[in-house]
Amino acid sequence: MTATSTQHHNETRIVADPGLPTIVITREFEAPPARVFRAYTDPDLVRRWLGPRRLEIRIERYDARTDGSYRFVHVDRDGTEYGFRGVFHEVRPVDRIVQTFSYEGFPDGVSLETAAFEDLGGRTRVTTTSVMASIEARDAMIASGMETGLRESYERLDELLTETTSDESSTG
Amino acid sequence: MEDRLSRVFSALADPTRRGIVARLAVSDATVNELAEPYDVTVQAVSKHIKVLEEAGLVTRRREAQRRPCHLDTEVFDLMTKWIERYRREAEDRFRRLDEVLAEMDGEEKDGEEAPDVGAQAEGAAS
Repeated sequence: MTATSTQHHNETRIVADPGLPTIVITREFEAPPARVFRAYTDPDLVRRWLGPRRLEIRIERYDARTDGSYRFVHVDRDGTEYGFRGVFHEVRPVDRIVQTFSYEGFPDGVSLETAAFEDLGGRTRVTTTSVMASIEARDAMIASGMETGLRESYERLDELLTETTSDESSTG
Repeated sequence: MEDRLSRVFSALADPTRRGIVARLAVSDATVNELAEPYDVTVQAVSKHIKVLEEAGLVTRRREAQRRPCHLDTEVFDLMTKWIERYRREAEDRFRRLDEVLAEMDGEEKDGEEAPDVGAQAEGAAS
């Protein structure tokens, strides 16, 4: 025995097709679909993994069944809260969860999220497909959906914009 | 800043402009060269170039008689980094899910044997 199975690395793959308003994330897990499904639907388990590690998560509602709804809040170090909500369109044990997702700070940007659980014989492949209203909305989601904790990338953009506009006329 | 960001995104929403960008990723090219593969006029391509210039994706320098268009790859590096960031956020989340699943395994087997909670010491196998 050389490598321990718990150290097995399952790669997270992400595809953002330039011509489609989608984000597809694929990941495999060392557990059968029933267990992965439970970890996706039981709020006590969900709160242990959902959201960025540096942010506190407060699940206010997580009724993971068809026609149910959810709301959770991320709290950053400054105490600023970011609310997210949606409805469960369909929760079909143990193969599929279809739900809407929106950030309350930008309620017009609703996406449809489908998580499909594929049995790999004791292991599970989860494919999450997010469909946005437009390619712009998708790109904005990738770029600014992380505004909660990724200000440094905005700072980098600031620097970049300052550099690229310096040879044009300065704004007044 | 956000205005500039939305200009970048709307500039790339057009398939002809994405094609132009893909062509410029290979090498600099003049408007005439860029117009060739498309069933559009040089004027139409000029308009697309102007949008890309305004979004800061493309620059044009003067070079004797020609003004080749140049792709600002830094902008694309930045977008690639955003996607990578997004991926890492997901990866971070899924690693915690890995831990949760391993602990659930222990709970489910409880009663048969002592729960074996994930992360073993590296020196365990000899």
